[in-house]
Amino acid sequence: MPSADQMQRTAQALRRTILRMNHAAGSGHTGGSFSCAEILTVLYDEFLNVRPAQPGWPLRDRFVLSKGHAAPALYATLARKGFFDESLLMTLRKMGSPLQGHPVMRLAGVDMSTGSLGMGLSVGLGMALAARVRGESWRVYVLCGDGELNEGQNWEALMALAKWRPANFTAIIDRNHVQLDGPEDLIMPMGDVAAKVESFGLRALCCNGHDCAALRDTLKAAVAINAPAVIVAETVKGKGVSFMEGQSAWHGKPVDDDSFAKAMAELEAVQ
Amino acid sequence: MTVAQCEIKPMRQVFGETLVALADEFPDMVVLDADCASSTQTRQFATAYPERFFNMGIAEANMVAAAAGLSATGLIPVASTFAFLLSLRAGDQVRSLLAYNSLNVKLAGGYAGLSDFADGASHQSIMDLAVMTALPNMTVLVPSDITETRLATRAMLEHKGPVYLRLSRAEVEKRFDEDHPFVIGQGVQIQDGSDVTLIACGVASGIAQQAADELVAQGLRVRLIDMHTIKPLDVELVQRAAEQTGAIVTVEEHNIIGGLGAAVASAVCHTHPVPVIRVGLEDRFGESGPYADILARAGLSREQVVTAAQRAIAMKHTDR
Ligand SMILES: Cc1ncc(C[n+]2csc(CCOP(=O)(O)OP(=O)(O)O)c2C)c(N)n1
Repeated sequence: MPSADQMQRTAQALRRTILRMNHAAGSGHTGGSFSCAEILTVLYDEFLNVRPAQPGWPLRDRFVLSKGHAAPALYATLARKGFFDESLLMTLRKMGSPLQGHPVMRLAGVDMSTGSLGMGLSVGLGMALAARVRGESWRVYVLCGDGELNEGQNWEALMALAKWRPANFTAIIDRNHVQLDGPEDLIMPMGDVAAKVESFGLRALCCNGHDCAALRDTLKAAVAINAPAVIVAETVKGKGVSFMEGQSAWHGKPVDDDSFAKAMAELEAVQ
Repeated sequence: MTVAQCEIKPMRQVFGETLVALADEFPDMVVLDADCASSTQTRQFATAYPERFFNMGIAEANMVAAAAGLSATGLIPVASTFAFLLSLRAGDQVRSLLAYNSLNVKLAGGYAGLSDFADGASHQSIMDLAVMTALPNMTVLVPSDITETRLATRAMLEHKGPVYLRLSRAEVEKRFDEDHPFVIGQGVQIQDGSDVTLIACGVASGIAQQAADELVAQGLRVRLIDMHTIKPLDVELVQRAAEQTGAIVTVEEHNIIGGLGAAVASAVCHTHPVPVIRVGLEDRFGESGPYADILARAGLSREQVVTAAQRAIAMKHTDR
């Protein structure tokens, strides 16, 4: 198991890869990919029981990237873990590439195609119930955006999770407080997400979503609970690049040459 | 009337500007979006008229049902977001509230067709015409250039009842002058001809124009129709084209099931059964890639429309 420090460095390197990919693609979502860099790194390095050489292994843990627009972060992580060759990363969004703008199941390591927001918790619920029906013990992890939580379906899923209480289910909310059109306060205030989740009769845990040690400890605690759990990970959209942090403009803006150079310099200054 | 000068703008930008331009004339208009105002360009209206704009967050079903409530008091709500979300995520609200009650709500479906090319199939809308045209009381408009986008936005606001306006993310030319006739339900015959008729809508209308130019250069007499209203379809214009030219090619950025081609084919099959070749996505999803490339994979290129027209003409002369 890598140390928390090592994972911290891996997450920062992940941001550099994401930046390269989005620059080469000429489009893609940078802000929301940066905000979940530590979350994905800790999940894949410490928690997900998967076999990159056997992506269809039936007893693997499942992962659903409900905020499918963070595809570059997922792709770069899957490549690092060996699901496919890293050279594919620069084909993101290119004609014929399996690295579509949003994840598709035909790519090794993708357990559900996503892109239309607000469905991941429900999908994860179904997967968690499937493990129960089949008498298997693998786990399900779902990563959601916080803007995504505007969608009513999430609350239907929480309602159903509280009914069946699958203990093998963990959701993580990338709580960066910014959505596409602006800060959530101006678009759709989500208030106290943890309290809302708990009001459904589910456990909510909070942590700093950029601190790998905190993420690891909180995930461990969530897994230890004998019921579904939701982690609210406090993050910063565009984390790591001063002019992108907290800016909805960098939700999906193309990375031009100038921004690329400036952002890369900042990401390289911190290893 | 086509114009010579070449003005090019993203259709979404023209739509946003038009909403602002019409705000005074339609004081009852209010605009809603679902956290996509910077994409669909309703942001322009939000900035100019903040008290008449509602950002509903990423909650399309809630947005459309709230629009129904707004309209029930006499306001004219324009609900905007990605086309696939309006027609599917909010589909039941559109059916049960807007269409069933014939409410005066306007739906602006942005990023339609393959125009959200880089995001891939998850965001592309290739079935919205099928959904919307199947709803009783719904009017369905598909503008093709800068002028039609402006005129369609105005026509939608003037019309009483639910309207679906299909918009593109793509850059479009100014093909038509301001005196371009835009009447809901009346297709526009751009040029006359007797060998074959091309009928197109939206961005594909420009592609059909290129194909028509090439076919004419080859010595063929090509009738070209810009069908900006898919519903109610200009059945008379279509039937006349069938009768007088004997072969039809439809061109659209949509699944060939349930779109313009299907509507045209069903308009002619009883009275004037002529060959109708439908160019568009052949019942498959799109993908990420450069816009021109994924359009071409769906048959939407000048060359392929030319070939389709030649095939349609050849079919006239063989015993079927
Ligand atoms: C159902 C749906 N509505 C709208 C969109 C367009 N969209 C893509 S990302 C996004 C904002 C997402 O915000 P959030 O969930 O907070 O993601 P993050 O800030 O982590 O990137 C929107 C509105 C979509 N993909 N799906």
